[in-house]
Amino acid sequence: MYGWMGKIIRVNLTSGTISTEPLNLQDAKLYVGARGLGTKIYMNEVDPKVDPLSPDNKMIFITGPLTGTLAACAGRYEVVAKAPLTGTIGACNSGGHFGPELKFAGYDGIIFEGKSAKPVYLYINDDIIELRDASHLWGKEVPATTEAVIKETNEDFKVACIGPAGEKLVLFAVIMNDKNRAAGRSGLGAVMGSKNLKAVAVRGTKSIQVAQPKEFLASCLKSKQMMKDNPVTGAGLPAYGTQILVNILNQSGAHPTRNWQHSYYDKADDISGETLTKKYLVRNRGCFDCSIGCGRVTKIERSQFTNFGEGPEYEAGWSFGSDCDNNNLQTVCEANFLCNEIGMDPITMGATIACAMELYEQGYITEKDIGMKLPFGDADAVVKLTKMTGYREGFGDQLALGSYRMADKYGHPELSMSVKKQEMPAYDGRTMQGIGLEYATSNRGGCHVRGYMTSPEILGIPVKMDPMVTEGKAAMLKTFQDLTAVVDSVGMCLFTTFALGLPEIAEMFRTCTGLNYTDEEVLRIGERIWNIEKIFNLKNGFSKKDDTLPPRLLNEPVAEGPAKGMVNKLDVMLPEYYKLRGWDKEGVPTEAKKKELGIV
Amino acid sequence: MACSFNKIGEFNPRESAVNVLFYEEAAISVPIMCMQCEDPACAKVCPVGAFSRDKNGAVVSDPKKCIVCKLCVSACPMGNISVSTVTRKIVKCNLCGGDPYCAKVCPSGAIKYEDATTSNIGKKKLIAEKFKDLFAEVQK
Repeated sequence: MYGWMGKIIRVNLTSGTISTEPLNLQDAKLYVGARGLGTKIYMNEVDPKVDPLSPDNKMIFITGPLTGTLAACAGRYEVVAKAPLTGTIGACNSGGHFGPELKFAGYDGIIFEGKSAKPVYLYINDDIIELRDASHLWGKEVPATTEAVIKETNEDFKVACIGPAGEKLVLFAVIMNDKNRAAGRSGLGAVMGSKNLKAVAVRGTKSIQVAQPKEFLASCLKSKQMMKDNPVTGAGLPAYGTQILVNILNQSGAHPTRNWQHSYYDKADDISGETLTKKYLVRNRGCFDCSIGCGRVTKIERSQFTNFGEGPEYEAGWSFGSDCDNNNLQTVCEANFLCNEIGMDPITMGATIACAMELYEQGYITEKDIGMKLPFGDADAVVKLTKMTGYREGFGDQLALGSYRMADKYGHPELSMSVKKQEMPAYDGRTMQGIGLEYATSNRGGCHVRGYMTSPEILGIPVKMDPMVTEGKAAMLKTFQDLTAVVDSVGMCLFTTFALGLPEIAEMFRTCTGLNYTDEEVLRIGERIWNIEKIFNLKNGFSKKDDTLPPRLLNEPVAEGPAKGMVNKLDVMLPEYYKLRGWDKEGVPTEAKKKELGIV
Repeated sequence: MACSFNKIGEFNPRESAVNVLFYEEAAISVPIMCMQCEDPACAKVCPVGAFSRDKNGAVVSDPKKCIVCKLCVSACPMGNISVSTVTRKIVKCNLCGGDPYCAKVCPSGAIKYEDATTSNIGKKKLIAEKFKDLFAEVQK
């Protein structure tokens, strides 16, 4: 077998039994790996109506066929489970070194079932797989847990784990690997916590084989050269990280501010990538096999924990910064570090604090409810509340539910800037019509990595589109969504798509696996994946009414800047999008479409 | 990875003759590989005389002579020889016959394949630059 390792580990946490089974190659040929294959395996085995935090929910760690090879930025793996924050299918992608190491140990993935009676971690050393006691790790933050596991195994081990937030079932808890890389959104860390599974440690000495070594190497080297020559992946991201987007988006009038009351932040440069580089950057850092190195190793003065950390990324910089009207970069970094250490999604965290700030501003929650004043721009409160949320102390217990459930509790769900209960990231869907459609139709709620319409609408990749028009957006989004599903499923980083197109990605996939698919057939895999994710959500009770945006984006015009007066015209784009997808008027995939894609 | 791929046609970092160590606090990665010593301990200790120096200056081991006794693994003062779990032969950098793959795929230029004299000239130039600046200061 080429690309794939051909073996899956199954761990029943309730009974403590561990077995291995062959990879279902028929499914692998249709759904590839990682996000696609993980979702397919999950759907084969779990009832969509399952309670995400019950022992009946399963959780799958899974790699792609290119993971661990020389393909461009091929260090990714995926965690798949039904998500506690959204109730949709949750598929979270992460880089670092954990995914490749799992393959070197000889496995494509791990399926976790049930719930352990006491805290455990899974130990994988090539063919030796065992559940080990983790009582002594319970309650520890991510860096301490990672170091402790490495100390009692050895330095070769790569560790994925949860922090206190995952243990305490914060609804947007994450799974962290290699300390600073996160399988980030929709709360899969809480699923891991609900199973009493603290960590997975893996080490391997086996090899990954490819079908056509000479051709594969040539296509990898060609792709790497293209990445090097591209201004985004070769210069912008290595130098300034994703925070380079702050000034670009702000100048486009698409940088949401004060819980999306504004779309322009006058103090944005204080928290930009340029300022971060100047003030706090130690070095950039890449994941396994990465030629970009967008990761930021930063250093700040702190009273507690270590001074070192990674980030913030653009979205975290925005959520703790602009969205809370906070231009204090030190506190933005610190809140981001806390999220990494305690194990939470910084997008949802910051956006939930911003939502609480607006609730406070409007008088819907009081100083007594929170235990402190909470005006916009309170930098110290941002850090304090982040920590309180991770440990579910005081008002943090409310914030731990995410903005939708919290705002709903105080009677104003419309102030939650979320789609399917997941907070939208830092791109205004009124200024950028396409990204609005992307949020509304994403299969895991408000999310920017299920299509990334910022590429055409702002950066002009692969073509420049006017962000404010609706024409052509549905078609572009469909292509982007399908391509993204392919990139996630083969095990490559989404950032490669700034430089690479379908032909390069398809060529690496073909020469690696030996499957002779045309480019169109490879893109069709992405469409198939998108459709089964949609089918999962439909079976779970989601419908057309959930493919929408917060009322603010549909009714409250942009207050200033180039897009002044704009709202998102979802009612124009959504019917066109459904039609292009081959779905009926209610957004349900037709029988003909399912047959065409080979979905049974 | 490129190293293992070139040597055995498979991707496996444990089969690589180049290792990269990462230091978290300084956020620096250091690549470690065979220094192609002038007086190599591996060659000295080899009971069957499998080591020789090739035309590129690389210290290479002849797989036909090698009996995989692993004495060279112990003898290398820098730990740059290992045993492959895949081929059961020794893993040692041979400079890929003069066109090393690690340098070819290195995105940042951290690994380069250069003539020793070229890189020495580089260092000499750096020092000379400092002298030049110093003299310029003095002459003012």
